[in-house]
Amino acid sequence: MASLQMAALLSAPSTPVPSDRVRVGSLRLSASSSSAARNGGALVVRSEAKVSGGGASARGLSLITHAVAEKAAAASSADSKPGHELLLFEALREGLDEEMERDPTVCVMGEDVGHYGGSYKVTKGLATKYGDLRVLDTPIAENSFTGMGIGSAMTGLRPVVEGMNMGFLLLAYNQISNNCGMLHYTSGGQFKIPIVIRGPGGVGRQLGAEHSQRLESYFQSIPGLQMVACSTPYNAKGLMKAAIRSENPVVLFEHVLLYNLKERIPDEEYVLSLEEAEMVRPGEHVTILTYSRMRYHVMQAAKTLVNKGYDPEVIDIRSLKPFDLYTIGNSIKKTHRVLIVEECMRTGGIGASLRSAIIDNFWDYLDAPILCLSSQDVPTPYAGTLENWTVVQPEQIVAAVEQLCK
Amino acid sequence: MAAFSAVKIPPPQFTTVRSSSQRPGSSPAHFAHSPSAFNSISFGSAKSVRSRPLFAVSSDVVSSSDKTKPASSSASNPAVTREVALELYEDMVLGRAFEDMCAQMYYRGKMFGFVHLYNGQEAVSTGFIKLLNQSDKVVSTYRDHVHALSKGVPSREVMAELFGKATGCCRGQGGSMHMFSAAHNVLGGFAFIGEGIPVATGAAFSAKYHHEVLKQSKPEGLDVTLAFFGDGTCNNGQFFECLNMAQLWKLPIIFVVENNLWAIGMSHLRATSDPEIWKKGPAFGMPGVHVDGMDVLKVREVAQEAIARARRGEGPTLVECETYRFRGHSLADPDELRKPDEKAHYAARDPIIALKKYIIEHGLASESELKSIDKKIDDVVEDAVEFADSSPLPPRTQLLENVFADPKGFGIGPDGKYRCEDPLFTQGTAQV
Repeated sequence: MASLQMAALLSAPSTPVPSDRVRVGSLRLSASSSSAARNGGALVVRSEAKVSGGGASARGLSLITHAVAEKAAAASSADSKPGHELLLFEALREGLDEEMERDPTVCVMGEDVGHYGGSYKVTKGLATKYGDLRVLDTPIAENSFTGMGIGSAMTGLRPVVEGMNMGFLLLAYNQISNNCGMLHYTSGGQFKIPIVIRGPGGVGRQLGAEHSQRLESYFQSIPGLQMVACSTPYNAKGLMKAAIRSENPVVLFEHVLLYNLKERIPDEEYVLSLEEAEMVRPGEHVTILTYSRMRYHVMQAAKTLVNKGYDPEVIDIRSLKPFDLYTIGNSIKKTHRVLIVEECMRTGGIGASLRSAIIDNFWDYLDAPILCLSSQDVPTPYAGTLENWTVVQPEQIVAAVEQLCK
Repeated sequence: MAAFSAVKIPPPQFTTVRSSSQRPGSSPAHFAHSPSAFNSISFGSAKSVRSRPLFAVSSDVVSSSDKTKPASSSASNPAVTREVALELYEDMVLGRAFEDMCAQMYYRGKMFGFVHLYNGQEAVSTGFIKLLNQSDKVVSTYRDHVHALSKGVPSREVMAELFGKATGCCRGQGGSMHMFSAAHNVLGGFAFIGEGIPVATGAAFSAKYHHEVLKQSKPEGLDVTLAFFGDGTCNNGQFFECLNMAQLWKLPIIFVVENNLWAIGMSHLRATSDPEIWKKGPAFGMPGVHVDGMDVLKVREVAQEAIARARRGEGPTLVECETYRFRGHSLADPDELRKPDEKAHYAARDPIIALKKYIIEHGLASESELKSIDKKIDDVVEDAVEFADSSPLPPRTQLLENVFADPKGFGIGPDGKYRCEDPLFTQGTAQV
């Protein structure tokens, strides 16, 4: 639950998101902080980071000096812009609140979601607003309350089941695999399971092996399950709303380290498509496919790559199942080189599946083997240095692109 | 190194002495409403349970060997009306005839896989399910054919499902262990024991939610959910977790334990530290009832009270039905471990024969009327087999249907490519 300041390294997206909706900017790390980056790869924003007028303003982007600004400063700079600023967990809450308001069959179940407000405060205030039955504090019985969510989904409700940490949902694997994924098919289409299963996962800040799991690799084979991963406040809210409205069982993967990302999102209601990938940075030389936290490592590496003269195209795949092979395919047809950067383990991870999907469909367009950077196949160690080496760091991404584009 | 010495529990000695040690005129069931009330019921402490031969305590039995001791009422005052008695009789005969036909069809190679038959346990299904409304829910395990039939799923659909035909209730995609019917509110049919209990708890939660949040109340009260499962399941975590949650939120659910003493080849007594399952209800604060599951009238009486409680919003009940399966665990089970005298004891308590005797004794119907019901059911089952035989097998196009309620972009299209490559895929449901 450590709050973390993340570098909100977003460059101007060229597809559907208008530039005034997303806080755009790039953070030039000063010499001192870049050495820290070399040391441990710790992604920490220095609030005194110097803003350089060089490349960024030449591209006409507005710059930010702080990734997480104080409220006063935000208020003064916010007056002229449409939309409102919030943190990622607040965006999730906003999406959930709007859906609960709109549809009285939407309910939340999980440990400490009600009075406590959620371990990451995603459901804070909702129990007071909607009551204890709609925001249900469950006993610690993941398998049973997930099954309870499935039973209520079959009988007319639209539950949102929260795993306090995604890893705890391993205890619910019986229900998620057998019932959540299978019942629509096994019943011959008679029952639908419009359930959303969500929670924080991924490698955090020295949380230890069991709290640092990436369940997307375990769940991806389950037939009948749909999976999405959010990475920014904008797509977090949009995907939350889309997941709740979907008739399919959807697993929404959030990341422990991304909850305090700040972004300006529209005031008007919007729902994103669950199956679409997000074009983060268009480019020409190489397609980098990533999702969740690794998006930020990729964007940090992208800055270095741009300096070195490369033009990477960065796509946040967002939809882990099914893959948006349309967007991915168009990108591959343009660049002919693919690098996958993921936080999953190497063995049987999302990258492994994505690689074979690309080979099956776009083999003729590839000029080089698909590179896949994944986390090491080790239980995440507690020690900070070891943990950093478990996940993919920006330097590795830079090296991989250089190797691909040789 | 054992920290304690394991107590060797002697195998049960089955004697007919047991069945006659009943208190005359006693009520058929004991309701333990709360832990304090439970303590006042002299059912014996745990220690005394271990010191006598261990098998489930049974209440009065409508036994064919004892004409002078009726179950719960005198011969002049039958517990049920003629209509109800015939309804119960017909439902039990349907269950028995259907299951017998399943065995025949299995050995003739018409159905495959694991088939678990319900012979002998009909009183539980009929006793409970015939009291339900259409909107009440039933959740079962793999031994679910008769639960589906009692709830109203047509025999044709069940038989076709067993044959794996496209006209089955689940389009042939479920099979013996996964009977679902949205029209009749049968929520499955689960192969793993225990995994249906949370689903049933969810259905009960939904009923409470519809009443309290959505304000969709009915004059008769809350919709009730019945969860059927066996003695083996009562050692599983999900059972206890759901007992806790159901009582915590006073959900309208009844946990019906079909204790047939055997989990495949594992005797209930070898697997359970305290074999009296009904006692586990009061441990969670709900009533625990033990009833003779071979007597449909007793089961019905207990069910009536439990269902009424649930409808009023008073919460769940745990009902342990002492019953027995006349066949093996499944059609693949050689059934070598059960002793012949145990089987004979329960065969003498066949619920259908007992009810037949009761009906005739109380003058509710004549023998020939009952025989005509038998014949009618035989015809129904024959018709079901013919229907299933003549139904088509599922076509290949059915393979990828129903994987997702909303198949946008999933699966492979007819051109062999991922459907999501179609530029219009996010705009609507892809054709499967």
